[in-house]
Amino acid sequence: MKNYNYGTAILAAFEYLLDKYQEVFVIGQGLWSPWYVGNSMTDLDKRYGVHRIIDTPVSESACTGAAVGASLSGMRPIVVHPRIDFMLYAMDAVVNQAAKWSHMVGGQAHPAVTIRGIINRGGEQGAQHSQALHSWFAHIPGLRVVMPATVADARDLLIASVLCDDPVMYIDDRWLYSQTDDLPEVREIDLRAVGPRCLAVGTDLSIVASGYSTLLALKARDELAAQGVSAEVVDLRVLNPFDPTLVVESVRKTGRMLALDGSWRTCGMSAEVIASVVEHLAPGELRAAPRRITLPDAPAPTSRILEKIYYPDVDQVVLAAQALMAR
Amino acid sequence: MKNPGAIYSLGELASPFSFQQAIDVGSRTPEQLRTLIFGMLRIRLVENRLAQARRQGLIGGPVHLGVGQEAIAVGVSECLRSSDRVFGAHRSHSHVLALGSSVRGLFSEVLGKDAGLSRGMGGSMHLWDQPNGFYGSVPIVAGTVALAVGAGLAAKLQSSDDVAVAYLGDGAVEEGVVHESLNLARIQNVPVIFVVENNLFASHMHISIRQPKDVTARFATANDIPARVIDGNDVIAVTEAAEEAVIRARHGGGPSFIEAVTYRWYGHVDWRDDIDVGVNRSQDDVANWKARDPIARLRAAMVAQGYWSADHDADLEAELTLEIEEAWERAMQDPYPEVSALLDRVYAK
Repeated sequence: MKNYNYGTAILAAFEYLLDKYQEVFVIGQGLWSPWYVGNSMTDLDKRYGVHRIIDTPVSESACTGAAVGASLSGMRPIVVHPRIDFMLYAMDAVVNQAAKWSHMVGGQAHPAVTIRGIINRGGEQGAQHSQALHSWFAHIPGLRVVMPATVADARDLLIASVLCDDPVMYIDDRWLYSQTDDLPEVREIDLRAVGPRCLAVGTDLSIVASGYSTLLALKARDELAAQGVSAEVVDLRVLNPFDPTLVVESVRKTGRMLALDGSWRTCGMSAEVIASVVEHLAPGELRAAPRRITLPDAPAPTSRILEKIYYPDVDQVVLAAQALMAR
Repeated sequence: MKNPGAIYSLGELASPFSFQQAIDVGSRTPEQLRTLIFGMLRIRLVENRLAQARRQGLIGGPVHLGVGQEAIAVGVSECLRSSDRVFGAHRSHSHVLALGSSVRGLFSEVLGKDAGLSRGMGGSMHLWDQPNGFYGSVPIVAGTVALAVGAGLAAKLQSSDDVAVAYLGDGAVEEGVVHESLNLARIQNVPVIFVVENNLFASHMHISIRQPKDVTARFATANDIPARVIDGNDVIAVTEAAEEAVIRARHGGGPSFIEAVTYRWYGHVDWRDDIDVGVNRSQDDVANWKARDPIARLRAAMVAQGYWSADHDADLEAELTLEIEEAWERAMQDPYPEVSALLDRVYAK
């Protein structure tokens, strides 16, 4: 029995931060209810008080803006959007205000705000209850975008995000909540030093992924291993600012790249990953043209038949890897 | 007007033909009044200098001038201290100057220089002077309203009696986040003061063709926030309304809303009058509003009390002109930011 799952690892990060840092508070919808955030915030309001765990009106824009303003006043707020789709109302606070602030005031003030957006999809919820918008956010200079795939990262990168002086989009995925792991004591890490990490070494191809896609990659790697194919899995972890160094090294070694991403194809993270690698490699260093697996460029459907083909699965990843190996 | 919920029209407050007389300065001392007239005239001369420089092509970016509206920032700032948290918008030269920012810092910023308030990275529309209590201004017109609520919420969490101020215009009230912010501020009992400078125009559009009623304080009433609707060209009226709101906020009474009715003499942006580019802004309107001049009305009151004479005019103007011209010359000679600033300031060091 492991000591944490992905959800309780997030809860542990909240507890650590709220215990140790008086300037941390949490604001968002659903924080006093068990309905919205799984097991990731259980009883925080009872333990730390409703003045620090603020469940709010249905006002994504004002609550996110208020967190930005509080962060300019010496606080380290965490805004929680239990479903990332709803936070599109908060785009001005995130994109125009938080992300720009440091630059436009000459580096004299920094909004140390963490915005937690939860990807909560599947179950025939459809177009406005399913989105994964990390590629969008990764396009914005000034905004750090963190996507933990592992139980350890769910905890440690949330802590690192909140302790970072920059605005951070921390995006977790409900499809990862059942992952378990044994975690050591909390270690504070500097988010600026965090980048992509190789989760499993391989020699035949590199699968590059983030968030839930990384879990798919790891599962596919096991199946491929049974077929005699050795896949390396690189987990991006921090999508912006994006440091492609490790990915480039991996692909240089294996000669084959599969970019796996749970957002849309056009201008999505998979495109950035492939472009960053290709522009750093000589033409002869690739043994096959890079491939990618993404969502189809369509809104999420509701009908189960369509939903089944909408989200990438392990079989798709294995097939794509086999196709790469056939070249 | 103390009961804006019952008001359906600004009425005389929106008319240039009313409120042209000397203001009532009550029992204010000559020193207090001199501070107010000095503050207002300083802002006006600075903004006129910016208008001139923009017209001459010396300023590269847009400047949104608030000449005619000086009484609001000066009156509100009278009641604040440097640990308070003030946010502005696109037309914020007056807000930052009234808090005590240096003229050279503003000029240098408008010119994109490293010695500017925002180190040359913001220009006229992104001003910052946190040491003086100015947390920032942005041109997304309602963009800082929620930020001010958050700054006030932070003060509350920090057990401080500092207050936050959100300056916004009558146009910003048409953006949804203002309504979310009013509700949030009230339900969280946040020490924040919403100061609406209702100058009757958003860009080229008169309020009568943008909103069914011209009293923006109706939204405060809807959110159960105490509101005052006042003559924004009466610096004493502004000071009194601000004093009441600041005391309320400092003592745990939550948010307040002040609607100060005013008029901008220049057009929406830069030095032009903007006659006929929109609707309901004639040359006559502008001329009539200039007769409701907040500075002239304070001056008239001071003259009537024997506190002021034509000699004072000349002295004050000479003193301010000297400060402003020196500041302008220095700003013109200030260096630009290093090229490295482009990438070095995206994230915290």
